[in-house]
Parts: sequence; C-alpha cells; structure tokens
Amino acid sequence: MGVVPEPTGIAATGQRNGAPPDAAPSAGEDALTIAGRTLRSRLLLGTGGFPSLELMAAAIAASGSELVTVALRRVGVDGSRSPQGSLIDVLADAGVELLPNTAGCRTARDAVLTAKLAREAFATDWIKLEVIGDEDTLLPDAPELLRAAEELVDEGFVVLPYTTDDPVLARRLVDVGCQAVMPLGSPIGSGMGVRNPYNISLIREAVDVPVVLDAGVGTASDATIAMELGCDAVMAASAISRAQDPVRMARAMRAAVEAGREARLAGRIPKRRYATASTPEAGTPDFD
Amino acid sequence: MIVVNGESAELEPGETLASVLAGLGLTAQARGVAVAVDGEVVPRARWETFALAEDAHVEVLTAMQGG
Repeated sequence: MGVVPEPTGIAATGQRNGAPPDAAPSAGEDALTIAGRTLRSRLLLGTGGFPSLELMAAAIAASGSELVTVALRRVGVDGSRSPQGSLIDVLADAGVELLPNTAGCRTARDAVLTAKLAREAFATDWIKLEVIGDEDTLLPDAPELLRAAEELVDEGFVVLPYTTDDPVLARRLVDVGCQAVMPLGSPIGSGMGVRNPYNISLIREAVDVPVVLDAGVGTASDATIAMELGCDAVMAASAISRAQDPVRMARAMRAAVEAGREARLAGRIPKRRYATASTPEAGTPDFD
Repeated sequence: MIVVNGESAELEPGETLASVLAGLGLTAQARGVAVAVDGEVVPRARWETFALAEDAHVEVLTAMQGG
C-alpha cells in the first residue's frame, strides 16, 4: 500500500510529503512580505470588469485585499471617469495600495514606457509587468518580458512579472531582480483554474521570492488549490468582478485563500491507493 | 499639427504642454495622470514650460480599471 506519486502534494524546497513545508508562524502573524512591504491579505484584486465603481469598492472591502491593480489608458476614454467619481479617488477612499500594470503592452519598449508613466501617475515604483505575445490566449511573450523586467529593475522598479508557468523563466526573472513572480494558472479570464499544478509547485521550489498565482482563477476552490501548492498569494480579477454576485465571490475568495494557506502550513497527509483506518482495530467487539 | 491621444490638433505658436492639457480639462494638480511626448515621459513639473514641436505625438494617460 504505497504512497501514490502525487506531484501536487510535494512540499516546498527540499522537503517531501509529511514534513510541514513552511515555518509555522504564530497565529494571526502570517503576513506576506513583498519587497519589504508587509501585506496581511494574501489576496490581490484586479479592478477590471466590475460593472460599477460602487460594486468594485464593496468587493474590495469584502475581499480584505490591500493591493489592487490598475491600468493606464488614454484620458477621456469611457471608463476613466464615472458617476461615482474617478477610479483613483474611489481606490484612495478604499485605503488600498495601487499596483499599476502594463496591460495591453506587446513589446518590452512599450511596457517600459508604460511602467514609467505609471510611476509618474501613481507615485509608486511597483509595477505588475505584462507583455503579451498572443492575441487568443494572452500568454506572455517570454523574451520581451525578460528584457523589460531587466530594464525596469535597472530603473529602480519593484517588478512583479506576469509569467507563464515555466519554472526556468521564473528563475530567470528572479535572477534579473524581480521581487516576486506571478505565474498564470491558465489564460487570463478563462476561469480554468490551475492547469499545471506540477509546474506551479516547481516554481515554488525554484525561486526564493513570493509566488503569486495570477490569471485563470475561476472560483474559490482554484484559489485554495493554488495556496495549497505553495503559492504565497493569489490574484483574482474576472473571477470576482464578473461573478453574478461580485461581493459574495470576493468574500468566498478571501476565505478560500485563507483556507489554502492554512492547509499548506498544516501539511497535508500523503495520498494513498488504499484506505487507512482512522479508528483503531484494538477493542473491536466480536458479535459471533 | 500635433497628435494628442490619437487626434490631430492645430499647434498654436508657443503652445506648451500645460495648455494642451488644459484643453483636456487637466491642471498640474490632476491626480493619477501621466504624459508622454514622442515616447518619453514628461514629468508633471515640466508641463508648464515644455514646448511642443510641430509634429509632437502626445499621449495623456490616466487610471483605468484593469488587471
């Protein structure tokens, strides 16, 4: 009755099933630190896709998220202002930190310029770096991504790259100075969850910076699985903003991330092919 | 002619970036706004004095829901 090989059950660096994978923090002190900034919430929220800013603000509050993404677009385009006031004012009122992104960029050059504009607009050195290489899947363009990351690190940015679930690319990104990596679970907005749990667990082993699962989360269990695989945080956008009840889904995601984190720290049992009785044999009555 | 956010516009003699931005309803105090001219960031402190070339390509950006 051997242990079934189970890639997703393999624990963090150098440890195997059975051993608690991470140092257990004291209760209530399980904070996430990225580039020296401490976050109590391990859920990052994307602001895209909410039907209104009012609903967005309510979902942010329900999610407990402290770090939310924003994009940069031309002034005057629909959506840059709304009856609820400007996006930037609503986010300031919500008390969250901004993580600008380079969404829509297809080249390193455009991404670097967009990051510099974001720094100017939002007075933050943090950038969620996205360089897209394919229109249908919105998958990252690896060579352009790495080039942009290196340049932005040199310019003093805290770079959080949206990357494929490739452990080697993740390591390369950290080698050039990225302060976290954000591998995709599946394509942006697809809601397909974590398609390659094995790779996500390999990325956790490959780098010594926070791993934030980005893209593909469709519902709460996807976020839990990501955290159980060892991700340090989960980013959710469409899964919350396009849910039928975004505020309720925000609450569900918050609980899911916490549950996955706790399960990871608790150290799951190995998967086995056959049953292992949880009730002892000793003292079993004989009714014959 | 200059191009502002993809729209062609006449350039008045001596016009600065600040006056172009004023045309979009933006002052130097506008929050969450950044400007690039010909692919380079122009910091807020330089909007008032930045002289635009005859064929300048201006992008004026602000926060949008995304990501």
